[in-house]
Amino acid sequence: MARSDVQLMLDVKAGDEASFDFLLQKYRSPLVNFLNRMVRDTATAEDLAQEVFLRVYRARKQYTPSAKFTTWLFRIATNLALNSVRDNRHRRMGISLDAPANGEGSAPMELPAREKRIDEHMIERDRADVIRRAIGSLPEKQRAAVLLHKYEEMDYVEIAGILDCSEGALKSLLFRAYETLRVQLAPLVAQPAAHRGEEGRPS
Amino acid sequence: MKKCEEISKGLIAYLEQRANPAERRDMEKHLAGCAACRTRAEEFRALWKVMEDVPAIEPSFGFDARVRQRVAAEPHRNWFGWFAPQARLALSAAMLVALTVWVTKLPQNNHHDVTATPVAVNPSTDQDFDAIKDLGVLENYDVLTKFDALSESSTTSAPQSDKAPQEEPSSND
Repeated sequence: MARSDVQLMLDVKAGDEASFDFLLQKYRSPLVNFLNRMVRDTATAEDLAQEVFLRVYRARKQYTPSAKFTTWLFRIATNLALNSVRDNRHRRMGISLDAPANGEGSAPMELPAREKRIDEHMIERDRADVIRRAIGSLPEKQRAAVLLHKYEEMDYVEIAGILDCSEGALKSLLFRAYETLRVQLAPLVAQPAAHRGEEGRPS
Repeated sequence: MKKCEEISKGLIAYLEQRANPAERRDMEKHLAGCAACRTRAEEFRALWKVMEDVPAIEPSFGFDARVRQRVAAEPHRNWFGWFAPQARLALSAAMLVALTVWVTKLPQNNHHDVTATPVAVNPSTDQDFDAIKDLGVLENYDVLTKFDALSESSTTSAPQSDKAPQEEPSSND
């Protein structure tokens, strides 16, 4: 019988290095992908993923199974990613760290004209890159919510736990994020929808 | 009918079939009369399909090795680590005992020396005693120097004291 993540972590706490290796094998790919989509840089994503595993290992003695293991794991990853994104932005823009971040609560992101933006990108880059860029252009917290919801297939309770917000706030966050993506990726989104016609519409 | 903004927050849960029965009824009622929200719902479904076109990446070849290397570099507390505080305590206690023994031994050595000293000192003490045993006569020095009878006496008394010959000149004065 396969051990649960919590049991594996408790075994790591008890000194079983093999259980840590098992967790590493299980979560390295989801973590690297999540972080890569968050920071949009493979090398940075790998560095951050290593840091996540290192922090898990360091915290093994204090580990108590109060929440799902993945909630804890992705909370560490999300916090590291958010810090990395903010640090990079401040470095890139050369602005003071005291300046307000362009995240939640700040002025809404100005969306460019949908056809022009997509056309430009479609010429220069492939479809996947356009989608990746659209996701990457979301404010950090919205981006994290979308990635955890869409790619990690987590439920609202878990995502809210990771992002430290209420379920209601998370629903608003997700709605705003998907609404932005729907606008930005309209040409890609409209094509399959048009093909389905009336069948895909909820009654 | 609820406004689009108000109800749209529940649209994702509805599309994922996570809405409760009451929320589902409200949403279906709204969608039946709102073309914009029907389009939005349709495009949300299409969007989720489109988002699947982003391929996942695999961690690089050396990823696991680097994690293991960093973990191995962490300070490990082995089984004897449990004794670490006790070891420090034991060392302190041992040093305290050693210091106590040394301090208590120090006076004993001195005492031993003291007890040993008489063996070495006794001969000199005896010599000193021999040297001063006749000095009692000095107690009567004034009497003796002014005792006229002594000046008139013969020198036969000289052996009684080493001082006697020295007193003779003064007696002659």
